[in-house]
Amino acid sequence: MGFERFGVVSFTSQTKASPFIDFLEKGIIAGTQCKGCGMSYFPPRPDCAHCLSSNMEWKEVSGKGKLISYSKLIYAPTGFEGDLPYSIALVEFGNHMKVFGRLSKEIKEEEIAIGMDLKVEVVKLPNDRLTYEFKKA
Amino acid sequence: MKEVAIVGVGQTAFVRGYEGSIRELAFDAYKEAMLDAGLTAKQIDASIICSAPEYDKQRTPAGTLAEYLGLNPKPTFYLETVCSSSSSGLRVAYSLVKSGLHKTVLVLGFQKMSEISSADSQERMGRGSDVMWEAPFGTMMPAYYAMHARAHFQRYGSKEEDLALIRVKAATYGTINKKAVFQKGVTFEQVMTADVIASPLKRFDCCANADGASCLIVADKDVARSLSKKPVWILGLGAATAPITMSGRDSLTGLACAQEAAKEAYRMAGITPQDVDVAEVHDCFTIAEMMAYEDLGFAKPGEGKDLIQAKETYIGGKIPVNVDGGLLSKGHPIGATGGSQIRTVVLQLRGEAKEMQVKDPEVGLVHNIGGVGVYGNVSILGR
Repeated sequence: MGFERFGVVSFTSQTKASPFIDFLEKGIIAGTQCKGCGMSYFPPRPDCAHCLSSNMEWKEVSGKGKLISYSKLIYAPTGFEGDLPYSIALVEFGNHMKVFGRLSKEIKEEEIAIGMDLKVEVVKLPNDRLTYEFKKA
Repeated sequence: MKEVAIVGVGQTAFVRGYEGSIRELAFDAYKEAMLDAGLTAKQIDASIICSAPEYDKQRTPAGTLAEYLGLNPKPTFYLETVCSSSSSGLRVAYSLVKSGLHKTVLVLGFQKMSEISSADSQERMGRGSDVMWEAPFGTMMPAYYAMHARAHFQRYGSKEEDLALIRVKAATYGTINKKAVFQKGVTFEQVMTADVIASPLKRFDCCANADGASCLIVADKDVARSLSKKPVWILGLGAATAPITMSGRDSLTGLACAQEAAKEAYRMAGITPQDVDVAEVHDCFTIAEMMAYEDLGFAKPGEGKDLIQAKETYIGGKIPVNVDGGLLSKGHPIGATGGSQIRTVVLQLRGEAKEMQVKDPEVGLVHNIGGVGVYGNVSILGR
């Protein structure tokens, strides 16, 4: 339980990855790392597909990442219309961890450039919901 | 390797708002394929029904369609890889025939996208990505392909103008395809000045939803040689997958599932990209066709733009691509799309493509992608 609080609209409530939400509460965006083989995962997961271990630990995604690509949406699926327009993006952090999310609306459109430095920060949404977004680093 | 052939093809017109049920839609494509092959229902040993299930009120449509098409008591089952469902159907039909389990297998792809309201459709659109980690940000198919477009532009210097040229080509051939949902010509200026959907993709960079059905009949060499039409042989099949999450991908400048599938299909057929005379690629968005040129080896990575700028993918060019208008003009009724692409190539290889005919092709290729590069399918056919 708890995962239904993730994002603007959530489609999943039960997952073993729900500690992700507890970390968001503390202002931390976390992935997981396998204690057996050292494989890092984002999005986080409780099972390692590499060595089949389920002995994982949570690791904070921090520091500067680089923007790989993005797109600004003019149309949205049901439940997201109120946020339009918004930009989705993929950002690469250290250890080849790639994080998918939205660009902060604080970043002006003309400033957005592939390769720019970004950081990821937790955002509290109305109705006790939590998400994260990318800001200028 | 002439052991398994396509002996019959059929396709309905792709339309907006088909006025009938899914069983009647399926019947139209089925009838055309059966008449094309010269077979009767008794000669069909099994059927594979392909579509994306979230559009249908009917649970387990395979049973309903098998009854309506008169295919009882032969076995039927349902297969889904979203937009590439009927190419996956061809792969399974091939293996059923090659194994000797069946002699003749029917692959029927259909989609009545207008079966649900546009509000329901909007809701489903949001769930096409990973529902735990990406859908909660408000994702849409065009935006994902748009991210690939931007990454491609950045790395290779391709431009929105290059994508517009792809749309103009699609429209050129859409005007001569009587089964296309979009038969109007489109100018370069119209493409460039259209409303943005998800930057940098604009309205004409995106294919349209449609209702439609396609049908393929796959048979072993004995059945194939006993029929009156020239069989079209399945020479190579490649299938591969890539992560549905963007986080799981090494690159956004091409589709890894297509590259893998192409490699496998070329190896099985024992040919190279230069041997392909005509191709159908999955142009759900203009950038998808650009990446397909490169993923299939028709151009080196980054040089797809040169191919379209020189009109080498038109009829008469080095490698004609989507000369039936592609998904961009035909429309994209999810489960029916792969079968429609395969039908086009079969007609080309038989010399029956009429106004769209490429000169005397011997080898044809079909590239059909499910999801945003999740399921890759490449099928190579020959005379």
